Formats: sequence, C-alpha cells, structure tokens
Amino acid sequence: MSGARVSSSVAPLRATFGVAVERSLVSCGDTIVYVARERSHDVLAWLRDTSGQEFNYLTDVTAVEYRDPERPLEVVWQLRSLGRREDLRVKVALDKRQPLEVQSVWDLWKGSDWLEREVYDMFGITFAGHPDLRRLLMWETYAEGYPLRKEFPLRGHFSRAEQTRQALAANPEAHYSLEELSIAEAYGELPRDMQERLARGERGFLR
Amino acid sequence: MSQRTVELSLATPGLDRDGTPTRIPLGIAEPPGAHYDDDFGAEHMLVNIGPQHPATHGVLRLVVELEGETVKRVIPHIGYLHSGFEKLGEYRHYNQIIPLTDRTDYLSPMANNVGLALTVEKLMGIEVTERCRVLRVIACELSRIISHLVWLGTTGIDLGAFTPFLWSFQERERVYNLQEAWTGARLTTSLTRVGGMMADIPDGWEAGLRDFVRTFPSTLEEVDTMFTRNAIWIGRTQNVGALTAEEAINYSLSGPMLRASGVDYDVRKDRPYLGYEDYDFDVPVGEHGDIYDRYRVRLEEMFQSTRILAQALDKLKPGPLNVDDPRLILPPKSRAMSDMEAMIYHFKQVMEGVKPPAGEAYMGIENPKGELGYYMVSDGTAKPVRWRIRPPSLINLASLPKMCEGALLSDVIAINASVDIVMGEIDR
Amino acid sequence: MGLENPDAESRAGGPTVVSEMSPNWVTTRLDFLTNWARSNSLWPMPFGTACCAIEYMATAASRFDLARFGMERQSFSPRQADVLICAGRLPFKLAPVIRRIWDQMPQPKWAISMGACASSGGIFDNYAMVQGIDTIIPVDVYVPGCPPRPEGLLYGIMLLQKKIRGESIVDDQLREEQMVGPSGLFLPAERVDELSEPFGNSVHQTRSSS
Repeated sequence: MSGARVSSSVAPLRATFGVAVERSLVSCGDTIVYVARERSHDVLAWLRDTSGQEFNYLTDVTAVEYRDPERPLEVVWQLRSLGRREDLRVKVALDKRQPLEVQSVWDLWKGSDWLEREVYDMFGITFAGHPDLRRLLMWETYAEGYPLRKEFPLRGHFSRAEQTRQALAANPEAHYSLEELSIAEAYGELPRDMQERLARGERGFLR
Repeated sequence: MSQRTVELSLATPGLDRDGTPTRIPLGIAEPPGAHYDDDFGAEHMLVNIGPQHPATHGVLRLVVELEGETVKRVIPHIGYLHSGFEKLGEYRHYNQIIPLTDRTDYLSPMANNVGLALTVEKLMGIEVTERCRVLRVIACELSRIISHLVWLGTTGIDLGAFTPFLWSFQERERVYNLQEAWTGARLTTSLTRVGGMMADIPDGWEAGLRDFVRTFPSTLEEVDTMFTRNAIWIGRTQNVGALTAEEAINYSLSGPMLRASGVDYDVRKDRPYLGYEDYDFDVPVGEHGDIYDRYRVRLEEMFQSTRILAQALDKLKPGPLNVDDPRLILPPKSRAMSDMEAMIYHFKQVMEGVKPPAGEAYMGIENPKGELGYYMVSDGTAKPVRWRIRPPSLINLASLPKMCEGALLSDVIAINASVDIVMGEIDR
Repeated sequence: MGLENPDAESRAGGPTVVSEMSPNWVTTRLDFLTNWARSNSLWPMPFGTACCAIEYMATAASRFDLARFGMERQSFSPRQADVLICAGRLPFKLAPVIRRIWDQMPQPKWAISMGACASSGGIFDNYAMVQGIDTIIPVDVYVPGCPPRPEGLLYGIMLLQKKIRGESIVDDQLREEQMVGPSGLFLPAERVDELSEPFGNSVHQTRSSS
C-alpha cells in the first residue's frame, strides 16, 4: 500500500476545496479521495468539467458497509477520464446516526440513474435531486428492508412462508398502469405525505 | 387464390352501423386520417412487454407508452431475476465466489471467472505465471465469441431471421466441446482460482482450438454475406436507436455499445491486463451509433478474437501454471495425502480460504457486453466485506428509454436486442 | 368388420389391427390413444429465466433438436402450451408471474422444473430466491443439474411422456385446478412456522398445491 503513486488530481482538489477534501489514500494502486458530504456534488462536477481533470466517465456508483457497526457507510463513485486514461475513486462517509443522504449526480451523468436507484434499493441511501428514486431490483412494496445492509440476514427477516405469501400477493399488473406513469412524472411535485404513501405502495388515492 | 381467401386474410370480424356482424376489410388504401374523427389517436396506449416474452432476452419487462405506433416513452422494469449475488458473496471465501460469477453473465462464464481472479490478485498483489496469462486470454476470447454468437442468433430471431440462430448455436456447440474438455462443464466453468487456474488444458486441446480458429471465420463470412448488405436488415437497423458519442459517454455505456457510437475505448487497449498489449489486434469503432454499427462492431470483434486466439496459441509454452505459493494453490492430492506440511496447507486453505490484506481494489476487464468491473473490499478476513459487480449490461440497458424516443414499436425490440443484455447480470 | 372383440394383448393398452385385410381399422383403448397423442405432441412453454435457458436453447437448436420429441412448436404464449418448462432460477419477484402463466395455461398441462435453482433454490439460499418452484406451482418432473445438460433435459421430457402415457382421462382429480390467492390455499405464515419448527429454515415454506 505504501509507496504507490497518489493521483495527480489530489493536490488541485485540496487547493480548490480545502478542508472539504477530508483525506486521500492509495489502495492497490487506486487513489481514493474522501470528501465532505455537503460538497460531494461540487467536487464531482469540478472533476468532470475542469480542464486537466476531465473525469468525463462515471464508471460506477455503489456503497460499502463495513462489518464494524461503528464505521460509517461509504458511498463510492468510480470516475474515469477516457482521454487521460486515469481513474479516481471518490468517497463520502455517511454517519449511520445521521440521515443517509447524499446529493445525486444525475444532472452530471445520466448513467447514474439506475446505479443510484440500486444503491437506494440495497442500502437505503437516498440521493437528493434524483428525479425518480424508486426501488430498482426489489419490488416496490418490498417490506423486509435493505438487503445489502449488514444487519439484514442472508435469508431475509421473514420466514419463507411469509416471503412467498408477500411475493404472490404483489399484484404484478398493478403498477404498470397509466397511473404509475403519471406518478413517475409528478412524484417530485407531490406533497410530502403523498410521496410517503406512494413509497409505501399505496395506490388509488390519486385521481 | 380464391375470392374467399382474400376476404378472410384481409378482413377482421366486426359490427356494421346497424349492429349486425360483418367483416371489416383491413389494409384499405385511403389517406391516413381521411375519415377518422379528431380524437382518434389522442389517447396514449400502454403496451406491456414481458417479463415473460421471447424478445426480451430473459425476464426484462418493458412498459411502452405509444401514440399510434410511435413510442412516447419506454419504462424498463428490472429485478425479476434478482438473486442476491452480492449478498451471497459476503458469505463466501474468495475462491468460492468464482462459481457465483459463472452464473451472473452466463453467456461468457470463463471471462467472468478471469475477472474475479484478477481482482483478488490485484487485492493481494500477485503476479500469475506466463502460461496462466495466455490461457486466461484464450478463455476470455472464447467467451467473447460464444457470447456474441448468442447475441447474433437471438437478434436474428428478433428481426425475423431464424437461420443465424442455428448457425451460431452450431458453432457454440464446438466451443462448448472445448470448454467441456477443459473444465468439465458446458456452461458453469469455474475455470480460474486465485493465483492460477483450476486445471491445465488436456492433451490434444490445442489442436482442437486450432481447428476451431481455422474454420470459424467461414461461418462469420456466411453471416456477413447474409446480413451486412441485406436490405431488410439494413432497413431495420440503420439509423435506429442511434446515440452520439457524448450521449454514450454521459450514459456510461461500455463495450460494443460505446465503440459503435464512435468512442475508441477498449479496456484491453487502454488499461491492458493479462498482457493484451503484446497481442496484435484491432478495435472496431463505429460512427453512427445505431444498431447496424453495433452489429458491425460485434461481428468484427469475433474476427479479431480469432486473431487473438491464433496468437495466443503460438505464445502458449510449457511452464508452470499456478503461482508457487502453498497458501494460495492447493497442493496436489498425492502430496496432500503423504506429506504433513502439504496436508496442513490443504486443510488451512479449504477451511479458511485465502486471506487478502485489508484494502480495496477495482478491476475492470473487457467482457463481451462491456466493461465488467469487480470491486472488492477486504478487511483482512477470508470473506470480502463487499463484492460489487459493475454490470455492463445494466448500465447499457439504462440508456434504452433514451434510444427508444420517437422510434416505432417494432424498433423497440430491435433496439433492446442490440444492447446485448443478459438478465442474470443486470439483476444479479 | 371392426366390431370384433379385441384380443387379450390389446386390453393391455396397445392398439390392435383388427383385420389383415383392412389395415385402416384399429381398436384400442381411448386412454391409450389420447395419451399417445398427447405425449407425442407436447407444446412446451419455455419459461427461461437464467443459465438453464441457454441450455434449453441449445436443446432446441440443431445439435440436440427438441423437435424429435414432438416439440417442434415452441409456444411462447401460455394459452397454447401444454408443458411449462421453468428453466432457471425463480426469485420472489417473479413468483406471481409464473403463477399467472401457470393459471393461464389450459388443461391438460404439465410442468418441468429444469435445474437445481428451479427445483430447490440451488446455491441461492438467500432472501431473494424461491426455494423451489414447487412452492408456487405443481411440478411433474424435476431435472437436476446446474445447469442440466441437454441430454438431461431430454431425459426429463421422456420421463414426462412416460408419465403422461400412464394417465387416465376419466381421472378428473388429475386435472383439478387449485387457485392461489393471498387468502386462498395458504396456511397462515405463523401456522406454517409452527408446523415446520423442528426442521429449520429450509422447510419454512408453503406447498401451494400438490
């Protein structure tokens, strides 16, 4: 781990963002930069648009939870500069006692759409500014929690019987109606309580 | 053809103005909208395709909003094959994860095995032997060929051509024979291990591969003859589902999808692994980013893969296959049963598994579908804290709504086929 | 002519040519005739989800040629299908889909569970996976393997044909439908848990129909 080359982007990042760049380290040849939660969007936009950085390609968005319950959750952005052939990994540490929320980069990279939805689905981390943050892989009324969190048991919280019952009760036709399309379009403008009811899977009260 | 046949084939049952059953002829040559009232077509129609539909290549569900036959919006619904791979990986030793990778992208299992082994080796800082590297290149390129063959066959079916399916599966069976002789399985190969391979190639295998490399291009040429200048194929594919280079980068596309849009990025060339820099091959790049260019790129990639295979066969020299480290590679069974030290290593490896140091590594390889990335976080124990798969076809599929804007309903099927999706990898 | 009593051999089920002079006349049992027709013209509905679907495609393609078994017509519509072949793993999200497809298939219908995941959940003993499709639909033949080789699937199909030849058209229990709903056939989850308590997690499941 020691002696590896730190990416040349770290020094300009520190110069521009100061203390918002919390620390940087190198693991297996890849540079990792931890940034403050509030400035993550600014840092990523700066990395994308500044000449000399040009990290124009978002390889991946994911999250990591460690086995140690005290360690914070991490949201990970893998950036790449196609022209300069450089990689950079940007991380935000999320304290589990705070609300798990970071800013979405959907406005920078459209490719982050489903990746952020997946992180929300699997970890329960919300992305502020995402236009359509719904569960991606599990069905919308999935009630057991967020599968990739460490407190989630491998076989789920419920018994197999209950899981089967809930799965069969989820009506596959229900959320493929025009209603759902209009919900997807208008979700951001709905009042908070309506959003919550929709998120719980309630339907039919919007007319 | 009798008058009656014409009437039956071009008419549909219905009611006339007085309510008596009659036959309403179809396909009458009147100007569109001539006698329709103004409200006709104002309402959008919703068509649900999948999750069980032959043209969705698995269990993808597409909800298509139509105005007439023009697509207003496509909403893909995925997750119907979510199997919890990443969660399972956290409960497995590193070598035990390799069988899981077979089943993510089950069209190119050997390449996935190689990707996982490379990631763990990057995490541990291991250099594999020269023979192992060459064999892994062979595995990757064979995977590319069989994966593109499935793409070719199924896309042909989607666009109304059945013959290429039979051709491509015929060739796939030949690769399967090779694969089976090497790994013992047709599909779930589990070929690699951390620090080496599960097995060396058997005697006579090289001759079989040489034979395949020699004869396979003739099948590709048949496909080329049948498709590349085919008027129907061109009509269905050119200028359909096009993405510009900027859009392709913005949507994080990778692999043939990215290159068809004119972005010259191939992980094998730009971040070489397994010694790909020593092979002489070309990376095909399209210019229009439409389905036709994706087809051309994939077809050319298969040609280039046979070139790489031929060079790899020449590079293949006898030598050690696995790294010489008893903590990584199981000792031979004969030694494990007779030598105390070998037996201890055997026991420790089977019971405890390999233990990389704490740290994390991301390793991307050029899979047939695009850049397959594995992101491993280790805390020093034998099981990863986090095993993340960067699924190329998930990210490529996310651009489907963009590509389908303004297309026709039949184009949605063609565009979806051109993404080359495999649901096992999308949903994981 | 054609009204003679069938001999002893034909009572065992096989057809008998009644007269050497007129081979157009055959006597047989109705069961035998129906089963012979049914078993040799099965229309499969491939419910292909994962890896096994690739092996299913290989079975249908030129080398193994599923058409030899009367399965030339692959029915991608459940309403015109006889055999549901579930090829691949079945997550909970897909469970209502396969149930719906099964309900849409007309009688007589059979189901083949292809591969370890469809039969038992396979290596995926986790939160996402149905532990065997027999918790959702009734299954006639299980084909083991991960994935099964095409020969294995063909053997399973031949076993199913053998099973069909043993059925009787007057036995209406065979064709009985059991509809499933949230309130229908299911025992309450607590009751199932109570029943399966001594056996551990893997049997914490309902059998939705026999």
